Amino acid sequence: MAAVKLIGSPISPFVLRTMIALSLKKVEYELLPEKLGEKSELLLKSNPVYKKIPVLIHHDRPICESAVIVEYIDQVWPESGYGAILPADAYHRALHRFWTFYVDDKLFPSLVAIGKAETEEAKAEAVEQFRAGLRLLEEAFVKLSEGKAFFGGDHVGFLDVMLGCFVVWIEAMEEVLSLELLEEATMPALHGWVVSFRAHEAVKEVMPESGKVVEFFKMIRAMRMKAAADAAN
Amino acid sequence: MAEAVVLLDVWVSPFGQRCRIALAEKGVAYEYKEEDLSNKSPMLLQANPVHKKIPVLIHDGKPVCESLVIVQYIDEVWSDGAPILPADPYARAQARFWGDFVDKKIYECGTRLWKLKGEALQEAKKEFIEILKVLEAELGDRKYFGGDAFGYVDIALVPFFAWFYTYETCGGFSVEAEAPKLVAWGKRCMERESVSQTLYDPLKVYEFVGFLKKKYGVE
Repeated sequence: MAAVKLIGSPISPFVLRTMIALSLKKVEYELLPEKLGEKSELLLKSNPVYKKIPVLIHHDRPICESAVIVEYIDQVWPESGYGAILPADAYHRALHRFWTFYVDDKLFPSLVAIGKAETEEAKAEAVEQFRAGLRLLEEAFVKLSEGKAFFGGDHVGFLDVMLGCFVVWIEAMEEVLSLELLEEATMPALHGWVVSFRAHEAVKEVMPESGKVVEFFKMIRAMRMKAAADAAN
Repeated sequence: MAEAVVLLDVWVSPFGQRCRIALAEKGVAYEYKEEDLSNKSPMLLQANPVHKKIPVLIHDGKPVCESLVIVQYIDEVWSDGAPILPADPYARAQARFWGDFVDKKIYECGTRLWKLKGEALQEAKKEFIEILKVLEAELGDRKYFGGDAFGYVDIALVPFFAWFYTYETCGGFSVEAEAPKLVAWGKRCMERESVSQTLYDPLKVYEFVGFLKKKYGVE
């Protein structure tokens, strides 16, 4: 019986966040994927408030919400693997948490809006909003990294994990929609960060294959378009 | 040094009040600066360029934004006062989860209660009562959300206690009828100086929302 279980699969960027954290800490766990369209008893029991993945179950106690889970992992296994994820000083912790709020509250919804846009205009607007958000993160990266490879400096930190989980989705959407979202020209530092992040051993271990994410994105897009067409008839 | 800590805020903001309560609980001296949101100060625009919103805590010239980030920062920096977040990792995770729940649900749904009419209002009322019931169940028979100690979730939620009158009046329901334990909890929190000195009279909040309704053209 594994002491640590994680409900979900890495196709979900929020699940991927928690997997990256567990991987950084070299913590062993049992992954319990959910079936698409069906929620397991365990999930409903463990996360009655939101009924969503990821849920970390540690010694039979559930922890929900990806940001909460990553902070929990960092606190329970402080020195394991690659060491601390949250920065050492309170001010930098506040900055990583502030930008995580921004990523979850503004950046991620604008990414979703790109995928859901039904007209060219709506798509263009969503793309511009997303790029504007990335430009803010470019500036934040320059300040926080202090010339090193990650938001956490020379090691992968909280914001690296909280933002890095979307990299494979950004790339998948760029491919399927023939767009450039993370523009090398206007976001050179972030571009460099993506390379460093993807190259990290702990990240490589859990990052889903680009091909799988592309297929999944195409599938949900097709499902959504069919649902819209059916509703219109 | 009092001038080392500045809080940019607006009197009625429940988000700003979270920070004021946390600072009071820790006994931290600070300078309070009231912002005029129709005429934002250069200090605010510089301190929070991303959102241009209050509250912002400026500590030794360094700005911290987002009310719950600020509360955690206060807890970590002034660590010799009573802890706001519990030390135990699991208890801390539960506190963060519920603080996040309050953050995601109360203000957005509550705002719909005074801004909307008809079907949309009824929908908001249903949702808000559901939120109250979830919080009521989570609180149970405990003194505070943190157990015996006043903490993070209490701080996240209690500013909205002064908004219950507005929400129930606009929504046409009674918070006490739907969540009596929650109301008792609010009254207990009000016995703490940090809370009673920070929250405004519910009627004053209602009056303020009346002014907002006129501004937004809500009947």
